[in-house]
Amino acid sequence: MATTTHEMQVGDAAARAPLPDELPDFHGEKMTLNMGPSHPATHGVLRIVLELDGEIITKATPDIGYLHRGDEKIAENMTYTQFIPYTDRLDYLAPLANNVAYALAVEKLLGIDKALPPRCQYIRVICCELARLSAHLLGLGSFAMDVGALTVFLFTFTEREKIYDLIEALTGARFTTSYTRIGGLSRDLPPGWVGRCRQFLEEVVVNIDETEKLLTRNKIFVDRTRDVAVIPREDAIDYGLTGPNLRGSGVDFDLRKAHPYLVYDQLEFDVPVGSVGDCYDRYLVRIEEMRQCVRLLRQCLDKIPGGADNAAQEPINVANGKILLPPKVKVLTSMEELIHQFMLVTEGVNAPPGEVYASTENPKGELGIYIVSKGGGTPYRMKIRSPSFANLSILSHLMPGHMISDTVAIFGSLDFVMGECDR
Amino acid sequence: MTAGELAQQLKTRFGDLISEPTEFRGELTVRLSDADCVAEICQFAKKHLGFDYLVDISSVDNYGDDPRWTVVYHLYGYGHRCSLRLKTEVSEEESELPTVTGVWRTANWHEREVYDMMGITFRDHPDLRRILMWEGYPYFPLRKDFPLAGKPSNVPEVAFSNSAPIEGGPFVTVAGGKNAGAREPRVRVPEPPDPKEPAAPTQETA
Repeated sequence: MATTTHEMQVGDAAARAPLPDELPDFHGEKMTLNMGPSHPATHGVLRIVLELDGEIITKATPDIGYLHRGDEKIAENMTYTQFIPYTDRLDYLAPLANNVAYALAVEKLLGIDKALPPRCQYIRVICCELARLSAHLLGLGSFAMDVGALTVFLFTFTEREKIYDLIEALTGARFTTSYTRIGGLSRDLPPGWVGRCRQFLEEVVVNIDETEKLLTRNKIFVDRTRDVAVIPREDAIDYGLTGPNLRGSGVDFDLRKAHPYLVYDQLEFDVPVGSVGDCYDRYLVRIEEMRQCVRLLRQCLDKIPGGADNAAQEPINVANGKILLPPKVKVLTSMEELIHQFMLVTEGVNAPPGEVYASTENPKGELGIYIVSKGGGTPYRMKIRSPSFANLSILSHLMPGHMISDTVAIFGSLDFVMGECDR
Repeated sequence: MTAGELAQQLKTRFGDLISEPTEFRGELTVRLSDADCVAEICQFAKKHLGFDYLVDISSVDNYGDDPRWTVVYHLYGYGHRCSLRLKTEVSEEESELPTVTGVWRTANWHEREVYDMMGITFRDHPDLRRILMWEGYPYFPLRKDFPLAGKPSNVPEVAFSNSAPIEGGPFVTVAGGKNAGAREPRVRVPEPPDPKEPAAPTQETA
């Protein structure tokens, strides 16, 4: 029986193509080690090519783009509202925060970002802080797991599960929330939600304390993180680091304080800042930020206009039929609302020509949305300035000189998300 | 110090190169008429005006207009906490401007992304390779003449030889189309491959 042989080839040329500087050098004593794109410590699909002298890293070349989906291109081809579900998939550990960031950017373009109803603004702050808490819980859990403390991961994931339950009750989905609308929210707080959230906050503070007991004075954890990957203040600024990574290096900067959006200027919270800029400082900053999240959430739940059940019928959406879909009952009974509904669905909200850059303090750092509008319902160009992208650009500068086992500590402490980095 | 004063200082120093600042939604934009000076101006902005943080570099494809490219720099200063947008135009023939990696090191990846997505090159960039797409990818996908569904390529194994199966997907909206079919095309017909490219060797499939 005749047999035939088919030569199989891997279609992914990127996996096989050597970078110019990683071709084997048989005379040197350096070894090249490829980490990723699928590696437990890379938290997604980051590939990094390490050049090693023994156990010391002499050169690191990050290779990103494995999760590139062309979000910016997609945004140019749909209306502003249609793009909201795509923002869930940027930083997929904090989809609610991305929803808010995107909605605020489009609202800034429309000139209504200062005119949002107070209840909407409070709920959005609740969303942002829940997202931050959830993202930091995951970031810390996986960071600790990577450096050998598996228990922490189980502790933090127990709390994250509760956050997901809250998010599911609020938005109808655990993960793909798509909660905001341009000019408002898709729905109000469900009955009993505020009570459940308060109950959760009681539990999470206990959990944060326990997590800290497991790590902050843990000799193994401290040895693996203290004075590892020190980012001096100047380098942090020069490489455009933002968020906890920037604050870990001692820069007292938080967009919620420096340029308050929503109702952050009416809430009390502190911004934790590191002193050395090592992995340990970045860990401490995140732990403290979680406590501040709880503090902010409690204030919001207390101060939210309309209260828990919104008996006073406080609006959560701007009252402008040309921006947000009118109530269904009005669409069916009134001509004007019917026209608004029709125009919004077919053409999208009519944005003025112009360009805006709006940024929010997301769990990973500054998420900026730059929109160039030529008028009409779709952006002409939309650029997403993602914090993980800038935070990762420091890797090739930061990693040389460290041991290969430090890479997982560095990755864990930088706390990046590839969905947002690659867009 | 306000962003307006900082923009005026920039204008005082560089004169006609810098346009009058324009304001929209509280954001100041200045235009730089000669893209070749962008590194010099950024150096001045960082050193003397305190813009120590380069937030972002992005690019806009003004397809059909001349000059075709707009490169946009978002500057911020941690000292004075003001932001400024610096825009400059580059023609399609030139498609090149100086790098600002010497001013802010974060520009390295931002410029690589602009090159990757739009095909604008940065003179003296230390490592101008593709960053999100892979080495050898033949197109610049954020250009306006690149279709959403992707372009088939004749370069074997480097890019998809067919466009995406859903060809743009059901969720595509083209604002202002004459009817529902034009506004929400269920299928986008990709353009035929460029005949100038080398033809792919035909491969036997099992």
